[in-house]
Amino acid sequence: MQGSGINVLFLGRNFARLLEGLWVTMRISIIAVLLSIPLGILFGMFMTLRHPVAKAVSRVYLEFIRIMPQLVLLFIAYFGVTRAFGWNWSADFSAVLVFTLWGTAEMGDLVRGALQSIPRHQYDSAAALGMTKWQTFIYIIVPQTLRRLLPPTINLTTRMIKTTSLVVLIGITEVLKVGKQIIDVNRFVYPTASLWVYGAVFVLYFLACWPISVLARQLEKRWR
Amino acid sequence: MKYTTLITKLAALSLSAVLAVGGLASCSSSDNGTDSGSSDKKSNASYRTVDEIKESGKVVIGVFSDKAPFGYVDENGKYQGYDVYFAERIGKDLGVDIEYVSTDPASRVEYAATGKVDIVLANFTVTDERAEKVDFALPYMKVKLGVVSPDSAVVKSIDDLKDKTLIVVKGTTAETYFEKNEPDVKLQKYDEYADAYNALLQGRGDAFSTDNTEVLAWAIVNPGYTVGIDALGNADTIAPAVQKGNASLLNWLNDEIKALGEENFFHADYDATLASVYGSAANPDNLVVEGGVVD
Repeated sequence: MQGSGINVLFLGRNFARLLEGLWVTMRISIIAVLLSIPLGILFGMFMTLRHPVAKAVSRVYLEFIRIMPQLVLLFIAYFGVTRAFGWNWSADFSAVLVFTLWGTAEMGDLVRGALQSIPRHQYDSAAALGMTKWQTFIYIIVPQTLRRLLPPTINLTTRMIKTTSLVVLIGITEVLKVGKQIIDVNRFVYPTASLWVYGAVFVLYFLACWPISVLARQLEKRWR
Repeated sequence: MKYTTLITKLAALSLSAVLAVGGLASCSSSDNGTDSGSSDKKSNASYRTVDEIKESGKVVIGVFSDKAPFGYVDENGKYQGYDVYFAERIGKDLGVDIEYVSTDPASRVEYAATGKVDIVLANFTVTDERAEKVDFALPYMKVKLGVVSPDSAVVKSIDDLKDKTLIVVKGTTAETYFEKNEPDVKLQKYDEYADAYNALLQGRGDAFSTDNTEVLAWAIVNPGYTVGIDALGNADTIAPAVQKGNASLLNWLNDEIKALGEENFFHADYDATLASVYGSAANPDNLVVEGGVVD
């Protein structure tokens, strides 16, 4: 009865289910990334303000998100909030919220780092050329910042895509969970199924993340 | 600028390396998942009564999606198993559709406690600790713990486990039992059953413990592995759970289980879902509880 594990991928709707799972993964992470990048840029600019209150607020937010494991944040948003306030947020909403909060914090810190890495003399030279503050920002600072931001942003994006595998614990069946379901059902008949299913999941994650890094490389080439 | 090209290449290389590793290892999760932060006894009546469920036309039931033969998803994406067979009947008798929510051992208490699902039917063993957080209905199954290990070094008693590594799944009775009663046994914990079995197959631990039903079924189809201990600890019962205080649904479930006992429903359930897995060797009366009466 024991067949090659690869057959498992093509039993019934299994392959379609894996693709649906990948779509769930991508949908949550893409929404979260698309929200995180603009919010993170704003947050990063906010972080460079010299106002003590702004500094304290952003510090607390960043440290809180950075220290808390994402899994704990997910449990707080999904179960904790219901328990404490009775607000019944859906699993999808909780997931997008947590990943956006996380992405915004990390993106903000990247933006802050990039902004502060622009040497003082760039501002001074721009001023010497008679540029206004706004012109300096748009023509001198932003282009250099963007170039510095690209690699870490791509890292963050792919990291967010992969970390969405945690949402299974709040009941969202994403690609990895579908894979585990398939392995479990077939573990008696196809003991080697796990190798093939995890292999397929790996390829799917790869296909999801690879275009992003290709795009990043193209952009980096063009901006050099 | 040669220097920048080099950096770019290095960055691209490490990026793809990160991708490759990340894709494989993304199943590893951060430590303890259970949220105990907000355990203050604030009663939020977010549960739904039987009337409200009937009115909405839908009952939300939390089941396992990767624990055959109790709750799993078949190749067509349909929920199946012993728990699901019962769930289907509940839906039918309530006269409503069923929405299944996939739960994991670590999260199912929270699901019932917060009323995110109406009923948890996820092979849920009744314990005093859990009963403080959720309300259990009458049992529909009973189990003890079992320990499965490779034929080359069969674990036949607790003494055999001294200084060895035992694999358990987080949030299961096995984890609690060994932590409380056998502190000498080293535990290796996993979030999900699929991971735990893989760990055993790969030899990352010396044995794996969970409900005896589960390990018996697994050992039958995995030659080279034996259940050395098949009845450890007290007989535990498995029952549906609802949010604490949901008396309406709890009473309905108890009446339902009693009524089903008269038609020997759970023996039919056993025949449909478990018989083929345990084979003729197992006696259904050792597992099935009819009408909520444990002898």
